[in-house]
Amino acid sequence: MALVLTEEQSMLRDSARGLISDKAPVSHLRHLRDAKDPTGFSKELWHSFAEMGFAGLLVPEEFGGSGLGHVEAGVVMEEIGRTLMPSPFLATSVVAASALARGGNAAQKSEYLPKISNGSLLATLAIDEGAKHRPLQTSLQAVRAGNGFKLSGAKALVVDGHVADLLIVAARTAGAAGERDGLTLFLVNPKAKGVAIERTVMVDAHNAARIELANVEVNADSVLGEVDQGAALLDGVLDIGRGAVAAEMVGLSEEVFNRTVEYLKNRKQFGKLIGEFQALQHRAAELYVDIEITRAATMKALQALDADVAKAASSVAVAKARAGTTATRAVQEGVQMHGGMGMTDQFDIGFFMKRARVCEELFGDANYHTEQLARARGY
Amino acid sequence: MSETENAELETFRNETRAWLEANCPPEMRKPATSDADVFWGGRNTKFSSEPQRIWFERMRDKGWTVPDWPREYGGGGLSAAEHKVLRAEMAKMGARPPLSSFGIWMLGPALLKYGNDAQKKEHLPKIAAGEIRWCQGYSEPNAGSDLASLQTRAESDGDDFVITGSKIWTSYANYADWIFCLVRTDPAAKKHDGISFILFDMTSKGVTTKPILLISGYSPFCETFFDGVRVPKSHVVGTVNRGWDVAKYLLQHERAMISGMGERGVGRPLGQIAADSVGTDALGRLDDSMLRGKIATFDVDEAALAACAERAVDLAKAGQAHPAFSSAMKYYGTELNKRRYEILMSAGGVDALEWESERSRQGARPRAWLRTKANSIEGGTTEVMLGIVAKRILDLPGA
Repeated sequence: MALVLTEEQSMLRDSARGLISDKAPVSHLRHLRDAKDPTGFSKELWHSFAEMGFAGLLVPEEFGGSGLGHVEAGVVMEEIGRTLMPSPFLATSVVAASALARGGNAAQKSEYLPKISNGSLLATLAIDEGAKHRPLQTSLQAVRAGNGFKLSGAKALVVDGHVADLLIVAARTAGAAGERDGLTLFLVNPKAKGVAIERTVMVDAHNAARIELANVEVNADSVLGEVDQGAALLDGVLDIGRGAVAAEMVGLSEEVFNRTVEYLKNRKQFGKLIGEFQALQHRAAELYVDIEITRAATMKALQALDADVAKAASSVAVAKARAGTTATRAVQEGVQMHGGMGMTDQFDIGFFMKRARVCEELFGDANYHTEQLARARGY
Repeated sequence: MSETENAELETFRNETRAWLEANCPPEMRKPATSDADVFWGGRNTKFSSEPQRIWFERMRDKGWTVPDWPREYGGGGLSAAEHKVLRAEMAKMGARPPLSSFGIWMLGPALLKYGNDAQKKEHLPKIAAGEIRWCQGYSEPNAGSDLASLQTRAESDGDDFVITGSKIWTSYANYADWIFCLVRTDPAAKKHDGISFILFDMTSKGVTTKPILLISGYSPFCETFFDGVRVPKSHVVGTVNRGWDVAKYLLQHERAMISGMGERGVGRPLGQIAADSVGTDALGRLDDSMLRGKIATFDVDEAALAACAERAVDLAKAGQAHPAFSSAMKYYGTELNKRRYEILMSAGGVDALEWESERSRQGARPRAWLRTKANSIEGGTTEVMLGIVAKRILDLPGA
């Protein structure tokens, strides 16, 4: 498989870029933030996403989706990264859709996947509990009660949690925090008794929530996958999400870099264009190389996910780790090279820095994934 | 790619795998650990072992010393996709390259693009068959990073040029049969304009070489002197005074080669090599958490660079590559290789300091460590590479 986009994938990129740059430039995010928009994204634009087949991009065609792969999802995520467009695409169309398609039984799939594809259902995965992403540390309890379970505990950084119609909650049905066995995924109605949702306004002005569950009753049909054996399903779904976020960070990095290089070509100081200074040229060149390498590593990971999700872990760890360090470097250089302008809210560069920080934490930061690679390699 | 093409490629993959399985001697499926393990070819060459000879001859007969060159020049005539399959299958079994050669990596591609029919017919088959070993006459004592300021002059005399001057950092000039060389054919022209790219035999009258002892204790480079060396004008590749075009094209291939140097060295994961000497803790993790972090970060970057190298080839095949991208790869690949050896020295501790003992294979590790310091200097320094990226790819202003 060549590490370049096919003709079809390039066409998909062009249509995604056309829509997103037209309808959701960075000013779109700025407007939502300043208006304290209660939804946090444009429903109209999400409707367009559904019409173009993006909402159900990963959903199999038999459930009304486009049946495309992770490279294609990455193409859309990269365009989202370029304009920082807030969109349910990551939480609903990538992560939740993958969880349902990979772990769902026939009834669950036919109930939820068509609604994701037509844009009428928003869903999200509730995984993190502590300050850092540690899936195996999940301690939200699910105890058997009658024919079903009772769920109690708290989740943080639930993307789109305040608007989701369906929560996919990682819970512990057996064992202790840190153990692989005993994890189970549950489908939870956010309106169920005992669910408390607090929208958390984040540094990047994107959507997230804290969710508390107090003795929330779910029936046995709400189990996604197998009881106690959710870790393998979760690994795959998280890796799919990580690959997508890495692609978003590639788009974000490249956009902030392009804006910075443009600035170097126009800003004059000491009677010269600042882009003539070798100190800045070499740093820009290093950053360019970093981004190109990270782009290739991300494409490699997305292709590996398309080939076999269960065998993609190391490629995904490399991609997400690289995406984290590269995006961090890109936004820091972006602000530094824009000087005082980069510090102002009026200028867009700061939005990229804020989003990069959130993407870094989403589904594990560079340290987390570097550690995973070391363990996989046995040292 | 159509289904028929896919099926054909799968057939090729299966046949290739079976052929390699049957023909690659087991000794040739381990990483090279010393210079003797690498076969360079040439008039005076000797095989260091019987398996090395067998492997080379079988691959040569199949045209797979240069798998993607045309068959008429001794190549395998493989398509881009087939070549990728062959590389992948060889990597999977750890098969060594049968022949290492500046003729393959550098001169060949330049001849294929700029050489005339007679030159291609004369030189390419001998490169493919490992009969002639080439060296590169580029740098001069006063023209290092600023290559185009070279002074070695070629004066017209009837059908010949008469070449006088000296080169430095000529890799393995003392073993080479022929040289591809940059000479000044028009001293009055602007510095990039009066240069020609010319080929000649190292046994020609007036050629002498003198190895340079390096900090590693080895002498892979030479000073090379030309004292009135007579070379027929028909040996110029491309147009007289337009040699800079050939030189630049060849440099792209040289940079791609140097950026990949690290890939050939080490077989086992770095973290496990380090664990041999540093030891592990109760969880089986490297018992030096700072070093472990450095190694893991290195592994991330190395895997990412490998993807980028793969993508660079794919982009070139798709006609989407930036011609200066090899400078980007050269910068990153060489800096990464230096990091690898800093880690290996740190991991080896006291053991990595021995310079002469049998135990240390005559100081193989510290000598290799010191050798890597040249990676970011030879073929254009890191600073020159970053300058090229800034100006040619990013289009930043200034000289």
